[in-house]
Amino acid sequence: MLKIRLLKDKIARRYMLGITVFCLLLLFIIGAGLLAKSIPVLQEKTLWELIGTSSWKPFKGEFGFLTFILSTIYVTAIAILIALPLSLLASIYLSEYASDRIKRFFSPVIDLLAGIPPVIYGVWGTLTIVPLIADKIAPLFVDFSTGYSMLAGGLVLAIMIVPIIISVLTEIFNAIPKDIREASWSLGATKWETVKKVVLRRSLPGIIAATVLAVSRAFGETMAVLMVCGNFTDLPKSIFDACYPLPALIANNYGEMMSLPSYESALMFSALLLFVIIVLFNAGSRLILDQINLKYHL
Amino acid sequence: MRKLEEKIFKGLMIGASAIIISILLYILYIIIRKGIPSLTLDMITKVPSGGYYLGKEGGILNAIVGSLLLITGAVLISISISLPVALYINFILHKNSRFSNIVRLSFDILYGIPSIVYGAFGFMLMVFLGLQASLLGGIIAVSFLIIPIMVRSIDEVAAYIPRDLIEAPQSLGATRYETLKVIVRQLMPGITTAVLLAVGRGIGDAATVLFTAGYTDSIPVSPGQPAATLPLAIFFQLGSPLEEVQNRAYAAALILTAIILLLSFSARYFSAKLSKSKI
Repeated sequence: MLKIRLLKDKIARRYMLGITVFCLLLLFIIGAGLLAKSIPVLQEKTLWELIGTSSWKPFKGEFGFLTFILSTIYVTAIAILIALPLSLLASIYLSEYASDRIKRFFSPVIDLLAGIPPVIYGVWGTLTIVPLIADKIAPLFVDFSTGYSMLAGGLVLAIMIVPIIISVLTEIFNAIPKDIREASWSLGATKWETVKKVVLRRSLPGIIAATVLAVSRAFGETMAVLMVCGNFTDLPKSIFDACYPLPALIANNYGEMMSLPSYESALMFSALLLFVIIVLFNAGSRLILDQINLKYHL
Repeated sequence: MRKLEEKIFKGLMIGASAIIISILLYILYIIIRKGIPSLTLDMITKVPSGGYYLGKEGGILNAIVGSLLLITGAVLISISISLPVALYINFILHKNSRFSNIVRLSFDILYGIPSIVYGAFGFMLMVFLGLQASLLGGIIAVSFLIIPIMVRSIDEVAAYIPRDLIEAPQSLGATRYETLKVIVRQLMPGITTAVLLAVGRGIGDAATVLFTAGYTDSIPVSPGQPAATLPLAIFFQLGSPLEEVQNRAYAAALILTAIILLLSFSARYFSAKLSKSKI
């Protein structure tokens, strides 16, 4: 009887260890798989030809990713420029000023914004942001815009990353000990001065980590961006032009790429590119956040 | 001067918070206003007739059933992977051991990987295994996406389990595996929250199922057949030139949003219950 129990125990522990190790390896398996698939295109072209040129003619064997890379960077930059100040202000308010009742009201708002699927943001974006840009905003600056543009992508993305930044920031602000604030108040500083000179300065690494996390999320966001960006393979000249971020490229061309091995390889290369950048960004920001946790919780 | 600065910034903060709340309300308003008129009984009880892209009749039952089947499969697979992992790094190993922390970091990174990469990887895997775009393929890809979510959220609640609860059964002679059964019972509300979160993320994600699950007008009867899903029902039908078809997309968007709202509030309910039973 005891033998059976011990055997069960052993099997269960082996199984758990096995699965855990498998999950650890998953990261490498995904990376290796994508790399293996992108080797054909990497043998044909130099890395610079792939990421430094913008000629995209898959059926002539030209795979310049520059337009897509720049589109991704521009859209992300717009999103961060809008989302960061907004989330910073809101999270300072939530952690330093707001009453418990307001906090309790706000937390499902953040949850829901984080939980709404990208495709719903896409629907909302095409119904509201796109016509807003086409009819109201773009005419002030340029002759014509369909509204499906870099700006639309940036705006929709901004809303999608706000909950990520806020949830990381409020956690960081709450981790800063109350004593430090009280010391500042007792010296006669106002609440805002305390926030500016003590809280924000202390949490600078955390704010950077939250931003990096948000950037990596924005880089990989596919559906919402795909639905509002216009997806045009020319280099965008203004924020009212259509653009074509990398994830949208992958999503749009998956069906047809199978006809051409080098095309498939090129798209897998772009997935690899996304994967590597996002893994690095995520690892970096997590390590910073872990440091912060160690500093304040132990 | 100092008072003025304080006031200005407090105003900005309240403004920013108000903007964020109103955007959420605006999104919900638009989705509900567009969806309600199309949400008829036919919509949720019939599959599209004459093709999902051009047929004017019928509803989105194919996508509703497809999504439910897909998420059920994915949750079953991912719970049987993520629960052992979370238990292993918290209760078999010491929860702050080096290995546990490495596992945590790698799940944090997996959590950040965009769904399009999981979709591409899943597709690659399917080609490798000789699978067609099918319900099974979608289940595998969505499992990749939601395993990190489950591990992270079970791991979070596992931190609250008191050391005594692990030691008491062991001092009575229970093996570690038997101890885990006690712990799992205690973790139940946390596991429920994890499942709800994972369902919410998995059911709404389009990029993972785009190449792996395919799309069809009919309801899949075996795992090898392609399956329609709600997010893709929205994405594909919104692109149709026909108003009737677009309305199906709006109805699907409303249903998906309603599901997300329901899941989010139930997750809240369960995690509130969890903090009450915290010892």
